[in-house]
Amino acid sequence: MAKSRIPSILYAYEEELLEEWIREQLASDIWRGDLLPESELRRQSSEFLGALRQAAESDNLTDIMTPQWSEVREILTDLSRSRVQQGFAPWETATFIFSLKQPLFTRLRQELEQDADTLANEYWAATVLLDELGLFTTEAYQKSREAVIARQQQELLELSTPVVKLWDGILAVPLIGTLDSARTQLVMESLLQRIIDTEATIAIIDITGVPTVDTLVAQHLIKTVAAARLMGADCIVSGIRPQIAQTMVQLGVDLDVTTKASLAEALRLALQRSDQTIIRKSRDAAGG
Amino acid sequence: MESIPILKMGDVLLVTIQVDMHDRLAITLQEDLTDRIASTSAQGVLIDISALEVVDSFIGRMLGNIAAMSRVLDAETVVVGMRPAVAITLVELGLSLRGVRTALNVDKGMDLLRASLRSPAEESADGTDEG
Repeated sequence: MAKSRIPSILYAYEEELLEEWIREQLASDIWRGDLLPESELRRQSSEFLGALRQAAESDNLTDIMTPQWSEVREILTDLSRSRVQQGFAPWETATFIFSLKQPLFTRLRQELEQDADTLANEYWAATVLLDELGLFTTEAYQKSREAVIARQQQELLELSTPVVKLWDGILAVPLIGTLDSARTQLVMESLLQRIIDTEATIAIIDITGVPTVDTLVAQHLIKTVAAARLMGADCIVSGIRPQIAQTMVQLGVDLDVTTKASLAEALRLALQRSDQTIIRKSRDAAGG
Repeated sequence: MESIPILKMGDVLLVTIQVDMHDRLAITLQEDLTDRIASTSAQGVLIDISALEVVDSFIGRMLGNIAAMSRVLDAETVVVGMRPAVAITLVELGLSLRGVRTALNVDKGMDLLRASLRSPAEESADGTDEG
């Protein structure tokens, strides 16, 4: 195949292509003016077109993974990342590339009107290239989104597993959200470490914030209780709502551990077991 | 032959495992300890495993067995100082050592033993004392 005309067209008509492309994007039904100002779109478009022209000068229009295309890839990755954060849908992001087809094809036809064979070839080359770039954008978009999800998961894990010291020798673990294996592991590790640090003998596991207790969650609870017991600390499970008590019995779940309806009741029991009491000061004593 | 020392402190036998347990050592300990309980008529046994970093299912089961055997010989047994990693491993192996009493460290283990040794005899005398 002869040398492609696409690089020279990109070079000769960069200004015109940019204007038509931006007009195309702005006129499109899916243009989200609420998410992205026009000036920003103009900057992104001209940046990309400039990089595309430079990369195309290498005469390699089929493989965008080569070093010549690294700048284009970088721009697209940045663009996808910012669009994820701005709340664009994946297809809206990919349309950024695909909407370049029409202006480019128009120029190609204008230039190669006399030569149908070459025109068809150039159409094909341009389609392949833009499709590749579009897919790359989608992939980058996906990766950015996955990174966001992974970060949120990590943050959620850190947020949801505090171990608090409630009293001398008494720890509390307020669990919030569904218990899965990963979280159980984390809860177990931090609880056991805190037992050592504070020399606690009683740990209260409060499940007020756990939406449902099925056999799997119960299994995880039992494991945590057993591990704490091996370290020499007794466990009390508190915060069991009436509905959860019903489902637990219906499922035949036996936690095999002391349970209390509320954290206050559990604390009372824990104090009693560790031979401590809380006494209300009488008004006279406090005054005199 | 390599063995784990068993110290006698009054009514209590103290076993501290300071080396990595292997199978033969665990069996030796089981035999030695049961012999010593019988010969000294000890009332309590305290097993300190704070230096134990690695356990497998066999060692886990041996710990449970040793405690059960001591109980048969009428000696109260407390396992103390288990590390978090060891506790998690045992639980994941399905060995939660039911029936074995545990405490955080030797101090608390001795308190537990003393309390349970004293309570049957002197319950009425000073049962309300700090436990």
